[in-house]
Amino acid sequence: MPAVQETVERVKQIDVDKYKYGFFTDIESVMAPKGLNEEVVRFISAKKGEPDWLRDWRLEAFRRWQTMQEPKWANVQYPKINFQELYYYSAPKSTEGPKSLAEVDPELLKTYEKLGIPLKEQEVLAGVQGAPKVAVDAVFDSVSVVTTFKEELAKAGVIFCSISEAVKNHPELVKKYLGSVVPITDNFFATLNSAVFSDGSFVYVPEGVRCPMELSTYFRINAEKTGQFERTLIIADKGAYVSYLEGCTAPMRDENQLHAAVVELVALEDAEIKYSTVQNWYPGDAEGKGGVYNFVTKRGDCRGHRSKISWTQVETGSAITWKYPSCILRGNGSRGEFYSIAISNGYQQVDSGTKMIHLGRDTSSRIISKGIAAGYSNNTYRGLVSAHRKATNARNFTCCDSLLIGDKCGAHTVPYIEAKNASATFEHEATTSKISDDQLFYCLSRGLSEEEAVALIVNGFVRDVLQQLPMEFMAETQKLIGISLEGSVG
Amino acid sequence: MLEIKNLHANVDGREILKGLDLTVPTGEVHAIMGPNGSGKSTLANVLAGKEDYEVTEGSVTFKGEDLLAMDATERAVAGVFLAFQYPMEIPGVATMTFLRSAVNAVRKARGEEELSTPDFLRVVKEKAKGLKIDVDMLRRPLNVGFSGGEKKRNEILQMALLEPSLCVLDETDSGLDIDAVRIVADGVNALRSPERSMLVITHYQRLLNYIVPDRVHVLSAGRVARSGGPELALELEKSGYAEYGEASAA
Repeated sequence: MPAVQETVERVKQIDVDKYKYGFFTDIESVMAPKGLNEEVVRFISAKKGEPDWLRDWRLEAFRRWQTMQEPKWANVQYPKINFQELYYYSAPKSTEGPKSLAEVDPELLKTYEKLGIPLKEQEVLAGVQGAPKVAVDAVFDSVSVVTTFKEELAKAGVIFCSISEAVKNHPELVKKYLGSVVPITDNFFATLNSAVFSDGSFVYVPEGVRCPMELSTYFRINAEKTGQFERTLIIADKGAYVSYLEGCTAPMRDENQLHAAVVELVALEDAEIKYSTVQNWYPGDAEGKGGVYNFVTKRGDCRGHRSKISWTQVETGSAITWKYPSCILRGNGSRGEFYSIAISNGYQQVDSGTKMIHLGRDTSSRIISKGIAAGYSNNTYRGLVSAHRKATNARNFTCCDSLLIGDKCGAHTVPYIEAKNASATFEHEATTSKISDDQLFYCLSRGLSEEEAVALIVNGFVRDVLQQLPMEFMAETQKLIGISLEGSVG
Repeated sequence: MLEIKNLHANVDGREILKGLDLTVPTGEVHAIMGPNGSGKSTLANVLAGKEDYEVTEGSVTFKGEDLLAMDATERAVAGVFLAFQYPMEIPGVATMTFLRSAVNAVRKARGEEELSTPDFLRVVKEKAKGLKIDVDMLRRPLNVGFSGGEKKRNEILQMALLEPSLCVLDETDSGLDIDAVRIVADGVNALRSPERSMLVITHYQRLLNYIVPDRVHVLSAGRVARSGGPELALELEKSGYAEYGEASAA
C-alpha cells in the first residue's frame, strides 16, 4: 500500500496546475496530463517528432494493452498499480533535483563514497542541477573524450545513438528490427512500453565489424534521464561483435517508481552480443517503503547461424525485480548464455531468471544463476529451457545456487524444462546453502568485520558470474555486493 | 600477556570450564594437555571469542585489558590468534584473497597502511616458502579440498602474516603424519619470540618434542589439575590420562 501512496503523493507534490495548458500548447511543457489514453500516446509521438508509422505502431500497442491483464504469476507482492494515476511523458526538467550535494540524502552520498566515485560524478548520479557538463569534464577529461569515442565508433561504422535519433537518422533499421524480438503483443509491460517508451539506446554494428570499445563508460554519461520506459535495440550484423554494459554500480537518484523497459538484441550469422547489466536502483527503505518496481522485458534473438548472445546481470537494487533476459536460439549452432547474480536484502523481492528457447539444430545454452537472499527478502529463480522438435542435439546446462543469510528470507527455484526432441540434453543442478556461523567466526577471528566477512563469502559464492563481467566493473561490483548486504547479519 | 582467573564457561547450557586459572607470561610457550572433554577446545574458542561459548564467571586479561569485553574481530586486531583444529572451507574465495583481506583488515584496524599488491605478494611468498607451501595452493579456494597437512600449514601461514601477540594452537597436530608435524612445528618455532606468547593445545605429547614448551598444564574437568615443566608431558605419555578422568569424559 505505502508504495502506491507514495507515488500518488509525489505526483501531488509536483504542482500540476503549472501545466494546466496541457499538451496542446507548444511551450516547454514538461508533462503530459496524468493517465494514459490515445491522446497521450499521440502526444508523446508528436513531441518526439516521430514518423506516422511509429505513431501507429505505438497506438496499436496501446489498443492491445487495453485488452491485457497484468501478469500475476511471479512470486512478488505489491499493491495494485493504478496506471491512470501515472504520468507517461515528462521532458527533462531543469528546476527539479537538488541544487548541490548538500541537499542530497546523506545515505546516498555515503554509498558513493564507499564505491569510490569521484565527487563530480556523484553530482551527476544524484541529479544535481547543472551537473552533467561539469561531470563530463571532470570524469572524462573534457568533452573531447566523448567526441573521440564518437569518432572512433563512426570510423568503424558503428551506429550508437539514442533510439529517438535512430528513428530520425536510420529509420530503415529501426523499422526493420524494432519489435521483431519483443513484439508489441508480447506481455503487459512490454506492450505498455511499446505504447509510451521514452527513449533508450540504439546500436548497430555492421557486417564483420568488431566494435572497438565496450559501450559502457560512454553510456554512463548518457544514462541520465532515460526515463521509466526505456527502449533499447542492439543489432549485430553478420560476423559482428559488440559488448554493451548497461547501468551503473552507484544508485541513481530516481523519482520514478515504475520502470518497464524493453531491450531487444538481434544477432545475425556468426555475430556475438554480450550484454551486461548492473542494476542498483533504489530498493526502498529499511521498512520496505518506496523503491523502484523494475518490470523489464529483455530478449535476444540468435537469428543467424552460429550466432551468440550472452546476458550477464548483477541485480542488487529495486524493491521488486521482474526480469527474464532470454535467448531465442533460432540459428543452427547458435548459443545463449545467462549469468546472473541477484541479491535481495531488506524487503526486496526478486523474481528473475531466463528463457532459453532452442529452435535450431545444435544449439546450446548455459545458465549460471546465483541468488543471495538476506533480511526479509524473497529471491526466486524462474527459468525455462525448451527444445523445439527440430532442435536436434540441443544442449543446456543450468546451475542455480542460492545462498541464504539469516532465517527470515526465502530462496525459491522454479525451473521449467520442455524437450520435444529426443536428442536434447538438458542438465540441471541446484543448491541452496547458508553462510554458517563457523565460516563467519573463522573470518572474524582473522580480523575481518562481520560485513567484510559476509561480503567476502558472498563474493566467493558469485565468483563464476563475476568473471563474466567486463574487467573494469568487476572491482566496483565486488564493492557493491558488500554494500548491498550491509546490515544483513548481527 | 594472558591471565585467566576462575573462568567458567557454558556450551549449550552445559558447564565445560569450571574455574580455570592460567597465567602465560610474555614470551613463553605453554602447553595445554588433557583428556577428551576436559575443556581444551572450549578454552581456545572462549579466548578467540566464539559466540556460542557463554562465559558465566571469571575474568580473562590480555595485555592488561579485559579480553571478554571484546568481540572476535577486536580480539584478532588486538593480537589474539587461534589456529583452528578444523579450518573452515570458503568456496570461491582464493586463499590469497582471504589472506590479503585478513592482513589488510588487521592493518587498517591498527591504523597502519594497507599493503599494496606487490608488497603483499612478496611477504606471502617468503612466508609460504618457510612452510613449504606451494604458491599454487594459495590460488585455490580457501581450504576447499586441502589435505589435513595443507590446512594446518595454511593456519600457521596466517599466523605468520598476522603477527599476533598471543597464538592459540588448537590441536594443530591432529590428523598429521610425522613429516607434516615437523613442518608445522618448524613454522611455529620460527615465530617464537620474546614478545610473543603461545598456548599449544594438544592431546598428545608428540608435538611437544618439536615445540618445546616452557610450561605444561593438564586440564581435567574444566580446570587446571596440574602444572609443571616439559617433563610433565613425558610423564603423561607414559601414564596416560587415567588419573585425569579420561574414562569418564564425555
